Amino acid sequence: MALIDLANPTRFLRLADRVLPWLAAATVLAFAVGLTQAMNAPDDYQQGATVKIMFLHVPGAWLGMFGWTVMSVAALGTLVWRHPLADVAGKAAAPLGAAFTFICLVTGSLWGRPTWGTYWVWDARLTSMLVLLLLYLGVIALYWTAEDPNRGSRAAAVLTLVGALNLPIIKFSVDWWNTLHQPASVLRLGGSAIDPSILIPLLVMAFAFTLLFVTLHLATMRNEILRRRLRTMQMMQAQALAEAGA
Amino acid sequence: MNLGPHADFIIVAYAVTAFVVAAMIAWVVLDHAALRRMLGDLEEQGVTRRSRRKDEA
Repeated sequence: MALIDLANPTRFLRLADRVLPWLAAATVLAFAVGLTQAMNAPDDYQQGATVKIMFLHVPGAWLGMFGWTVMSVAALGTLVWRHPLADVAGKAAAPLGAAFTFICLVTGSLWGRPTWGTYWVWDARLTSMLVLLLLYLGVIALYWTAEDPNRGSRAAAVLTLVGALNLPIIKFSVDWWNTLHQPASVLRLGGSAIDPSILIPLLVMAFAFTLLFVTLHLATMRNEILRRRLRTMQMMQAQALAEAGA
Repeated sequence: MNLGPHADFIIVAYAVTAFVVAAMIAWVVLDHAALRRMLGDLEEQGVTRRSRRKDEA
């Protein structure tokens, strides 16, 4: 099957039905391994056992940003090629990205209290992450409240591309400004600053969360295609009833 | 496993994450079931999409 064939919603639904059970099983397996490693990881010499919160917080942050990246690519597909499946992908990713950003903010806050002495501080990293959550909520509102779905999709795509400017701000905020949040310690020049005994569980958990995102994104895309079919059929039924009554 | 003096923060972080993940999964599964049911009801009433009629012709 050529990649372009997947752009057909019916073929995409068939593929999703076939692939989803395998993806779900792989996600459960990855979480079983990741959580076992996370629970058995040694305490940090400074932070103690609170370092275990990192196994949730960091994947949450990565997937919050990954979700917006997926939406940005989809927004280009919506605005440039006007492809309906691109719009489906963008709309389906928004609530998932918002949920992972929420996980990042809440777990970060719970990690911050014992390590920094505060749940929240208005520094550049935390604030730009909160802005990402608000952008997600704005896009979700545009998708779900627009009377004309096509206009709502275009408006959401434009907001998504404008909001993509926030991604490098989040990434480099710890370098550009003086922040309470630590600088990059996993993805950085010169290699990771984290000991392998903690880095490996973190990477396995990040892989498990990524599989979860991919699985849920495929499932929400399938639901969105079905929702659009339902809308079309309901309009056809209403039209038929109106013609019968005339 | 000893979670130390800040065990409450660790447990709440894992509980909140588990709740959010479970809520996402439940939303997706329940939404899928409801959409399938509504589409089935419409098809039973004889409403079919134009592209499907074309496929069957």
